[in-house]
Amino acid sequence: MIALLIRDLRLALRAGGGFGLGLAFFLLVAVLVPLGVGPEGTTLAKIAPGVLWVGALLACLLSLDRIFALDFEDGTLDLLATAPIPLEGVVAIKAFAHWLVTGLPLVLAAPVLGVLLHLPQAGYGWLVLSLLLGTPGLSAIGAFGAALTVGLKRGGLLLSLLVLPLYVPTLIFGAEVVKRGAAGMAVEVPLLLLAGITLGAQAALPFASALALRINLR
Amino acid sequence: MEFVIEDLAVARGGVCVLEGVRLALSPGQAVILRGANGIGKTTLLRTLAGLQPALRGTITAPPESIAYGAHADGLKSVLTVEENLAFWAAIHGTSGIEPALVRMNLADLRDRRAANLSAGQKRRLGLARLLVSGRPYWLLDEPTVSLDTASVALFADVLRDHLAAGGAALIATHIDLGLPEARVLDLSPFKARGGVIASRGFDEAFL
Repeated sequence: MIALLIRDLRLALRAGGGFGLGLAFFLLVAVLVPLGVGPEGTTLAKIAPGVLWVGALLACLLSLDRIFALDFEDGTLDLLATAPIPLEGVVAIKAFAHWLVTGLPLVLAAPVLGVLLHLPQAGYGWLVLSLLLGTPGLSAIGAFGAALTVGLKRGGLLLSLLVLPLYVPTLIFGAEVVKRGAAGMAVEVPLLLLAGITLGAQAALPFASALALRINLR
Repeated sequence: MEFVIEDLAVARGGVCVLEGVRLALSPGQAVILRGANGIGKTTLLRTLAGLQPALRGTITAPPESIAYGAHADGLKSVLTVEENLAFWAAIHGTSGIEPALVRMNLADLRDRRAANLSAGQKRRLGLARLLVSGRPYWLLDEPTVSLDTASVALFADVLRDHLAAGGAALIATHIDLGLPEARVLDLSPFKARGGVIASRGFDEAFL
């Protein structure tokens, strides 16, 4: 299992792994929105939580199809399915690796981009915490979508259509945490719901993903 | 511990291709699968490896005993030869990739990226994976594709050692591996008649 994690991280960091793609996209979104909306601080501060969360979500989406597609093409997935580690574990590890190279950099970069969007000072801690709680769920849900579409040519578009609606609850509660936190209101309820969605996705979806992979490998 | 197949029927794309396949493979034995293109050799091997369900029949094998060598080698082009092999060794919980590297004549290439290997060298690396898997039953699908004659002989030697060590192999191949002791199983008598449509197909209107 650890060998698989190390291999996935190594593949992501070497040439052609697409590491940093999501982060660059997130950065561009956060830079483009003030250019489009205008420089007024009050307007930006109002939309900052939503924009940051939508940006993080789309950045996460960018690299989802690579989770299984590359391994499917070169036959690795067939061999992993016959290897002594359970396919559910393979899915969970690959989702975790995806989070480490995509979600975690987003979490770390988000406060810097919050400055660009005039995010009120009280919101920074909640922004980082909400992303930290929410993005692992995005990776787990995304891995499920990737497993469903793995054998398809140009499955990326279908993957987005499948996964984006599933991202809605995470987006709503994640942005709500930041919005309330920035306004100095209580954040317990959306925070707990956000954590619940992530934990639920982490617990249940690897099984569904493994089943989808087995069907796609037939 | 034997590997036994009884009355097996396998399907590809919802169509039954082979039925009534019987085979018993004991340690130390090798069986060569023969049959025309499209008769279902790959489908049979994938079913035996557990990658797709059988339509009918039973497959009895000791648990975690099968190593599947597919058309694709499952190599990562940005990893080196050594890293690729070490990954598979770690996945299978074995250690020591050195003997496998030496055995498949890859020791000089260990630091080369898989992207820079020739087709034959990639295949040798793919076959070295079988050695580090530590599993007794090898299911091989055209293992000698893109190998030169020297490498085929090398692989036949490896195979002979594997059999002598109590392993077994089921090989789909068209060329002579130089294994006189191997049995040949011709699949043409097992060809499914009438192309029975299996009921398990999916309707994929949107895809």
